[in-house]
Amino acid sequence: MRSPPNAPAGAGGSSNDPSPNPICRRLLEKVRSMSTRLANQGRLIDRSKPIEFTFNGTRMTGYAGDTLASALLANDQLLVGRSFKYHRPRGLVASGAEEPNALVGLGTGDRFEPNQRATTTELFSGLSAQSQNHWPSLEFDVGVVNNKLARFLPAGFYYKMFIHPRPFWKHIYEPIIRKSAGLGQAPDQELKDADTYEHFYFFCDVLVVGGGVAGLQAALVAAKSGAKVLVLEQNAHWGGRAPVDGGMIDGDYPEAWVEQALAELTAMENVTLRNRCMGAGVYDHGYALGYERLTDHAPGQGGPRHRMWRIRAKQIVTATGAIERPLSFAGNDVPGVMLASAMRDYVVNWGTAPGKRVVVATNNDDAYRTALTLHEAGIEVVRLLDTRETGGGALMAEAREKGIRVECGRGIAKVKDGKCVTKVAICAQNGQGGAQEEVEADAVAMSGGWSPVVHLWSHCGGKLIWDDAQAHFRPDPERPPLGADGTGFVVAAGSANGPLELGHVLADAAEAGAKAAKAAGFEAEAKPATGAAQDEAPMQPVWLMPARAEIDLRMKAWLDFQNDVKVSDVQLAAREGFESVEHTKRYTTLGMATDQGKLSNINGLAILADSLGSEIPQVGTTTFRPPYHPISMGAIGGEARGEIFQPLRKTPMHDWHEANGADWEPVGHWRRPYAFVRAGESVKEAVSREILNTRQNVGLLDASTLGKLIVKGPDAGRFLDMMYTNMMSTLKVGKCRYGLMCSENGFLSDDGVVARIDEDTWLCHTTTGGADRIHAHMEEWLQTEWWDWKVYVANVTEQLAQVAVVGPKARMLLEKLNAEAGGGMDVSKEALPFMEWKDGEIGGFTCRAYRISFSGELSYEIAVPASQGQAFWDALMTAGEEFGVMPYGTECLHVMRAEKGFIMIGDETDGTVIPQDLGLNWAISKKKEDFIGKRAQERSHMVDPDRWQLVGLETLDGSVLPDGAYALGNGVNANGQKNTIGRVTSTYHSPTLGKGIAMGLVRHGPKRMGEVIEFPGTDGTTYKAKIVDPIFYDKEGEKQNV
Amino acid sequence: MSDPLSALAGARYAGLATIEEAGLQGMITLRGDLSSKTLQKAVKAATGAAVPQTRRIAVSDTGAVAWMSPDELLLLVPYAEVVDKTAALTDALSGDHALAVNISDARAVFTLSGAGAREVLGKICPVDFDVSAFKPGDFRRTRMAQVAAAFWLDEAETFHIVCFRSVAQYVFNLLMASAHPQSKVGVY
Repeated sequence: MRSPPNAPAGAGGSSNDPSPNPICRRLLEKVRSMSTRLANQGRLIDRSKPIEFTFNGTRMTGYAGDTLASALLANDQLLVGRSFKYHRPRGLVASGAEEPNALVGLGTGDRFEPNQRATTTELFSGLSAQSQNHWPSLEFDVGVVNNKLARFLPAGFYYKMFIHPRPFWKHIYEPIIRKSAGLGQAPDQELKDADTYEHFYFFCDVLVVGGGVAGLQAALVAAKSGAKVLVLEQNAHWGGRAPVDGGMIDGDYPEAWVEQALAELTAMENVTLRNRCMGAGVYDHGYALGYERLTDHAPGQGGPRHRMWRIRAKQIVTATGAIERPLSFAGNDVPGVMLASAMRDYVVNWGTAPGKRVVVATNNDDAYRTALTLHEAGIEVVRLLDTRETGGGALMAEAREKGIRVECGRGIAKVKDGKCVTKVAICAQNGQGGAQEEVEADAVAMSGGWSPVVHLWSHCGGKLIWDDAQAHFRPDPERPPLGADGTGFVVAAGSANGPLELGHVLADAAEAGAKAAKAAGFEAEAKPATGAAQDEAPMQPVWLMPARAEIDLRMKAWLDFQNDVKVSDVQLAAREGFESVEHTKRYTTLGMATDQGKLSNINGLAILADSLGSEIPQVGTTTFRPPYHPISMGAIGGEARGEIFQPLRKTPMHDWHEANGADWEPVGHWRRPYAFVRAGESVKEAVSREILNTRQNVGLLDASTLGKLIVKGPDAGRFLDMMYTNMMSTLKVGKCRYGLMCSENGFLSDDGVVARIDEDTWLCHTTTGGADRIHAHMEEWLQTEWWDWKVYVANVTEQLAQVAVVGPKARMLLEKLNAEAGGGMDVSKEALPFMEWKDGEIGGFTCRAYRISFSGELSYEIAVPASQGQAFWDALMTAGEEFGVMPYGTECLHVMRAEKGFIMIGDETDGTVIPQDLGLNWAISKKKEDFIGKRAQERSHMVDPDRWQLVGLETLDGSVLPDGAYALGNGVNANGQKNTIGRVTSTYHSPTLGKGIAMGLVRHGPKRMGEVIEFPGTDGTTYKAKIVDPIFYDKEGEKQNV
Repeated sequence: MSDPLSALAGARYAGLATIEEAGLQGMITLRGDLSSKTLQKAVKAATGAAVPQTRRIAVSDTGAVAWMSPDELLLLVPYAEVVDKTAALTDALSGDHALAVNISDARAVFTLSGAGAREVLGKICPVDFDVSAFKPGDFRRTRMAQVAAAFWLDEAETFHIVCFRSVAQYVFNLLMASAHPQSKVGVY
């Protein structure tokens, strides 16, 4: 058991003590006394509301308002994870989204999520977190042996070492490396995320990303112009850093001003404010994504966990603030070394600190605020090391006045390695690291200056300029991301735009708000609040500490904490010729971790520039890509999960099929019954039964999914002659014709029966999967090529339920229905012959009946209004009982058509097959001047007599050929593979014929009737099959024409 | 003929807004020259309403006409009269190049009413539902999550949603998920 934060010092030494190292343990015992929160600090926590949580199974207590990070710190849990490559112990570096180290697995079971940042995780009761990338435990990790070998694991090590022998990579190296590396565990693949997610579309004039003082100031100016404004703040709290950093706004404390600004914005009807909602990405044309975390801080409250805002804004203001840079000194990754601003945050916001004896190292004035804050909170500032020979400005004076020992021109030579800070060696910044003094300390606050958060500015092409004075990249206002009209649609505001001093930040933000509002078409006036902060001395760029550090120090000076990239690695990459920053990034993995280089980017490229003897602006940055910070897969998927993962299309008879044993087959978004399986029957047996019954009695097929397109107009005949390979304009009213459609390249694309309805109107049946595609195909030609042709197309697929009534007793069944209804359509051979259609009534149902057959049997396809589909089906089933009627599924349909040698789009065709390959020359008009695909089919390769052509295939022993099997020819090809001369396109057991039947494409096939060719199976058997006519059943077609 | 059935037999759900399957609605797709006097007259005769402006719906006591595209209208008529009205339109336009098709059974219709209706749709349709942007009489063809849909808003702030019949269950489930009582966005 851990002691609660307010328990007496040293309570509860336990077996979970983080370190076997006696020095560290002793120090931790001392630090433990720190677990009493700092008095008069912690503006965000509510000490009256303790919250219990667990870390690696250990129970801990925090307060409402804590982040997991601040609560861990308050529980002395300095060690929060292990690094990716060397498994070095790692502690908190930052206090916000930029944190590279404190990644944890959150939750358990179906709510487990890896790689969550402790700094952005609000504490809640029952939170359960596990540290990552350690084995067997966080405290003792075997991977740390890599750390001892660090000298032998430089940048590019894996690339160099494991490239040979080639097969070893896949089977030996990769699995082992993957096991020892990696961050969090992937969630259990058998479990489903228990939460729900959603999207929300929102439109506004001005989107302000960032709810710090700059964002609020910009929003106030824009909102006062009347523009519709949306403000997003990633944290739970508004105001950003200002309440911690101090200064005065309009003569008041920043916290008070923030409260007042929020009240003002909340009262305005044209303003929407969202906290816990990160601006994740900026895209073309003012599209932006917001990532709202609704219940992460309060699981169990119900409703969606995350909401993805899909925003269209006329203008976007990025008031995303700035991130402090670490300093690169040896041991800057030891737990307890922290960004100076983060340490200040932990003290002011949450009343906790990583130590009680702190060394502060800085190259700028801002870190003095940390020193002053620590001092004020009763924490000893052992040294303040300022790299500048002349030190800082007013803040330095104040620090000295308070008795803080400030040393100018000094830096850190190294922090002693270990699981916590114990000793800090101090040296001259402008030296090689010869330590001049060693002090005992338990924490280090570092500040290498500030980099504007330019990510959102850059996502859509905004360019950066190098600011020498601040040593950072900031948005170039002359080169913003451009919208459709060629003008900028993103404006950076506040410290995201470069200014760091409070007054400048507010003025810049007001300008940005006004600029955005004006660009969105409003009259705006930039009236900033006045900000006052102490004057600061110029900062000094420091990319390495000390400036001329020896190699042993550079090898311990971390740039990228999460991916273990050190100063020496980037220097090595430069020496090896990786001059481009993008190449260096990939070679060293600098900035490739889940924090995407938020802390390491500028430091890394400064080292690279130095190594190349180049300037930083010439080296440039790597590309900033959305999202700003990792977002959940659930939020991306939105509502699409479970039943609404994908639309499921249902015919009017779907529910009946479901209730009657349908074994479903997905066809596009439809589900069609593959077979109707009866109790005690296998699917295969059901298919055989359906085939035999349909051939002997009568079967029903739900054909509603087949596409039905009405094509009407004076030019409709001419149009269809172009669409189909055969002639449709000459089809007589009342008749049907089978047609083929090809792509421009001549390949067979779709097929179906076309019926001529009247002089101007045709009805085109398409395949199930082709309905929408062919409709779009027709519209495309009509709208782009033949826009002056008078043709309208309407897709009536879903208007009609279509039932195929198939089998020798089909007519008897329909006649019985008519008799029961007291009359109806004459369905005799004479009145409704094969390949004709008729409108009328059958069994009292208004319908259109087609005499068409895909089975070779006497067959009617009858279309009724969809709202009558089920009733019609029921009537057929009832009346058909005496004839042995049975429903049949798609597999029965497939087998019956194969028995008849009918091709199936998608089986016999695969996008490379032309109708001529399938012996369908009879369906290609020779009279027509043109049709889509005609010229392509005249190309040399299309008329090549060596093209594989359709034949029937019959195994010698009656077995079923394996689907997709290839037939072998003589010899081998240039790659040493056996030559192939054909392949199986459809293969079934035919219960009608009692043997295996197949269709395939074979070189010179139709000329090789009777020859036996060999198909090796994947099971080691070689199948011998005879080439035969593809029509296996009723070659003369007598049965369908009765 | 037996009694015609709509896709979901009047399914209903009440959450942030109330969703109801509205039953069968007579619907005619009419394609033609929308500026033609003959067409305008025929439309008026069929529905009692005039050809609407772009992205609007015109409603009368006996029917309505919605703008679908520069050469397409959606006519709403009583279900029982749709076959006759389609025939009458075809007759009236026999001299013009036009196409009138009864597509009543190809569709499902839902109503969505209540204070949360705008937000419920705003989760699944990329449309600005601000009261100043989407007003009564506005009609929109758009995407509803993964399927095509169209809707209009009436004077009583009720949305009328049209989708394909085959995806009626998907759309109903989608609307239910969006109307989850604990998923209020709170912007409209």
